[in-house]
Amino acid sequence: MTLPSSAARSTILKEGLNAGWPICLGYLPIGMAFGVLAQKAGLTPLQIGLMSIMVFAGSAQFIAVSMLAGGASAPAIIATTFVVNLRHVLMSSALAVYLRAAHRGLLALYAYGVTDESFAVNLPRFNARNWSLSRALVVNHAANLTWFISTVAGGIGGRFIPEGALGIDYALIAMFICLLIYQIRKLIHLLTAAIAGLTAVGLALMIPGNTYIVIASIAAATVGVIIQRKVMRSNPNNG
Amino acid sequence: MADYLLLLLGMGLATYVPRWLPLHYLSRRSLPEWFIQWLDLIPAAILSALLLPALILDGDPKHLDLLRPELWVALPTFAFAWWTRSLGGTVVVGMLLFWLAGKVDTQWFAWMG
Repeated sequence: MTLPSSAARSTILKEGLNAGWPICLGYLPIGMAFGVLAQKAGLTPLQIGLMSIMVFAGSAQFIAVSMLAGGASAPAIIATTFVVNLRHVLMSSALAVYLRAAHRGLLALYAYGVTDESFAVNLPRFNARNWSLSRALVVNHAANLTWFISTVAGGIGGRFIPEGALGIDYALIAMFICLLIYQIRKLIHLLTAAIAGLTAVGLALMIPGNTYIVIASIAAATVGVIIQRKVMRSNPNNG
Repeated sequence: MADYLLLLLGMGLATYVPRWLPLHYLSRRSLPEWFIQWLDLIPAAILSALLLPALILDGDPKHLDLLRPELWVALPTFAFAWWTRSLGGTVVVGMLLFWLAGKVDTQWFAWMG
């Protein structure tokens, strides 16, 4: 592999930013909302910035901050982060198909930026065969930089924003709503989501703590796979 | 701060390893089909398990409450997300509606009281 010339490099940068700017735009309000909530939970702008660099996972960071505010233990927060981010296994698996010849070190760097949003932008372009790892890296790192800046800005500005202002408490719920909509691609996803939601409500009413999230998700996905495989067996033409 | 850095290290690993392992190894082998199907359903399951209790449960110990603004604001927010597919837009619209719902709610109760 030869190093790209500076003209080629600027093309890569331009094409990457062209593909990645909608992610950055979306991260601004979410990142600032996260910063405000984290500040209210007692984190300093430095701590917020460190989390955005070391973890870089929107929904997991929101959950971690709400758990920190609720006095949860570190192992409980780390375990929840792991379960919430297990979905990235699927995304990285799908991306791996297009990156067979790639340099292992660059792949390790690329893995850092695999998020729901960068996956949604990069995968269709890899699939259309007009994308490269370097362009995808530009997308991922532009998103990461925006996330870092907006979360820290929210953390600094948070103290000036009164309690409940501008519906900031709804940012996480609204983000989950949109991410859930992205995930409903077939009837089986809707069915699984319905089972998971109802099971979670039932369990949350019965057992204290946050364990209901993990139990309900695993149970619903398992039931979903069983249903899917039964349906496919009885009607093999209708995958 | 040392405790916090340890927490971040744990969270960072718990996030990075699931992102990296498949990219590193799956260029050579593939996962069993049932496991791929299971992983495909996990995101919808987790998001729904997080969301529905947040919309219809309240208090500690938790109880059912179908009159929460969280639930009623979710309906137009779902519709907006479905039609626009815009993450940033959905967050802004959801926050705006929730803020408005809070204003209306206070006035409503002042008027009733």
